[in-house]
Amino acid sequence: MAYSDKVIDHYENPRNVGTLDKADPNVGTGLVGAPACGDVMRLQLKISDEGIIEDAKFKTFGCGSAIASSSLVTEWVKGKTVDQAMTISNKDVARELALPPVKIHCSVLAEDAIKAAIEDFKKKRESRQQKA
Amino acid sequence: MLKLPIYMDNHATTPMDPRVLEAMMPYLREDFGNAASRNHPFGWKAEAAVEQARKQVAALIGASDKELVFTSGATESDNLAIKGVVEFYKDKGDHIITLKTEHKAVLDTCKRLERVRQERLDELKLMRLAQLTGAPVSRDNLAELSIKHDLDSDPVYRQWAEMPTGGARVTYLEVEKDGRIDLKKLEAAMTDKTILVSIMLANNEIGTVQPVAEIGKLCRQRGILFHCDAVQGIGKVPFNVEEMNVDLASITSHKMYGPKGVGALYVRRKPRVRIAPIIDGGGHERGMRSGTLNVAAIVGFGKAAELARLEMADESVRLLRLREKLRKGIMDQLDMVTVNGSMEHRLPGNLNISFAYVEGEALMMAIKDVAVSSGSACTSASLEPSYVLRACGVEEELAHSSIRFGLGRFNTEEEVDFVIKLMVDKVNRLREMSPLYEMAKEGIDLKSIEWTAH
Repeated sequence: MAYSDKVIDHYENPRNVGTLDKADPNVGTGLVGAPACGDVMRLQLKISDEGIIEDAKFKTFGCGSAIASSSLVTEWVKGKTVDQAMTISNKDVARELALPPVKIHCSVLAEDAIKAAIEDFKKKRESRQQKA
Repeated sequence: MLKLPIYMDNHATTPMDPRVLEAMMPYLREDFGNAASRNHPFGWKAEAAVEQARKQVAALIGASDKELVFTSGATESDNLAIKGVVEFYKDKGDHIITLKTEHKAVLDTCKRLERVRQERLDELKLMRLAQLTGAPVSRDNLAELSIKHDLDSDPVYRQWAEMPTGGARVTYLEVEKDGRIDLKKLEAAMTDKTILVSIMLANNEIGTVQPVAEIGKLCRQRGILFHCDAVQGIGKVPFNVEEMNVDLASITSHKMYGPKGVGALYVRRKPRVRIAPIIDGGGHERGMRSGTLNVAAIVGFGKAAELARLEMADESVRLLRLREKLRKGIMDQLDMVTVNGSMEHRLPGNLNISFAYVEGEALMMAIKDVAVSSGSACTSASLEPSYVLRACGVEEELAHSSIRFGLGRFNTEEEVDFVIKLMVDKVNRLREMSPLYEMAKEGIDLKSIEWTAH
């Protein structure tokens, strides 16, 4: 199967690989997928108190398309508000990377990872507010 | 100078040996005759070339040339052996024993025969139910009415169901963790209805070599025919149909440096094994396989078989040395790496390794200068990881992380050195990007996490 140039570019030069401090109250972590299925994505977002995504890091176990999908969304979410990031859909990812049908699940995982990371951040904030 | 890309996928296919192509060339040009033309020199020359090739292939497996039927390849040979025996021996029984790790050409043939039997039994049930209820019965009501009329204990239906169906019952034996068959399980599965055991010489993914001589002996004692898909092992490990009591053997040319599109089925003559043809026509190949012979390809196949016979001893020593160099080079420099399949009973050129926490397709993309295969689901449309690795008890995540190296005649030590270095670099790079590797290094038990399957 041939990969699109964009998949190859993100795979060979992945943007924003790394780890943010999970304990930081402004960091939300999303871990989606399953090792048995062959894809696991971890997306971490550092979100300011004003709801702006200041930084994004990922690590992914998966095929080239899964790695490219996660790399792409880290680029997209940076600088966006949480509400804007929530509107990113798997279709946008699949279109941008020209994923074939059999790889659509990689883009679904990327969308899920954004939502899971934001949800984690919101949970953290709520529990902080409750304590306060 | 190292030439890229490097081909290390010799279980999928092999490049043609230049000596093979040279032997074929006249038959692609001036000697184009039909081997079945009996009345002119063009035909005679073609026939002589085919018979010479038949001898060369027979010599490789310890058979007589009269015992070989040329086919289009091993898939056809497997189909012909299994369907041919099931049809010919239908009055004797209809039970087949095979392995879960066989090639799809064997497994899917068996599945079709099971479907044929089931469809026939359903027809018989419909007929019997029509008798019992006095009215035609629709397929939609079949299950319900079968229970209501307790067809399983109905003596008339039971007698009908014992008649030949044209299909077969199949036992798919489990393999042990090293990919090998347990002979006791094979023996326990044999019944008085068993007509055929189909077990491969060597596995195409993990290179595991089965105890073919012991299987042959057991089948002979029990009067059961033994078919061996010998495709991957021939020319790499010793294989002799006489010493190993093999009754039918599938062979293909393109896995041993010959051309694609030609193979053979060995069919024993003493004691005589019979098969019904699956392709009807001009009665070529003693009626077992009609169709004009692909003379040039058959000549190439013969030459490839001769080279394999003469060079196997030296070549297997060389391949084993390269394989061990590759294995040690990788395993000395990377942690959390496991070899799949038996190390003791293994094809010399095969190495199947799981690189934990790295996905196989991503790894293949990273080593794009080296052609290999992966057991990862992502390399197939099915999204299921390798059924062979799963049958050996390899966990799904490690099956996704597996790479198959197939070393062959034209691989060099320089290539192996290059591949070792490349693998170490790329696995390390992908592990740096792998959340699972980071978690494993932190001591997190990945099994303790509730994953969201999708």
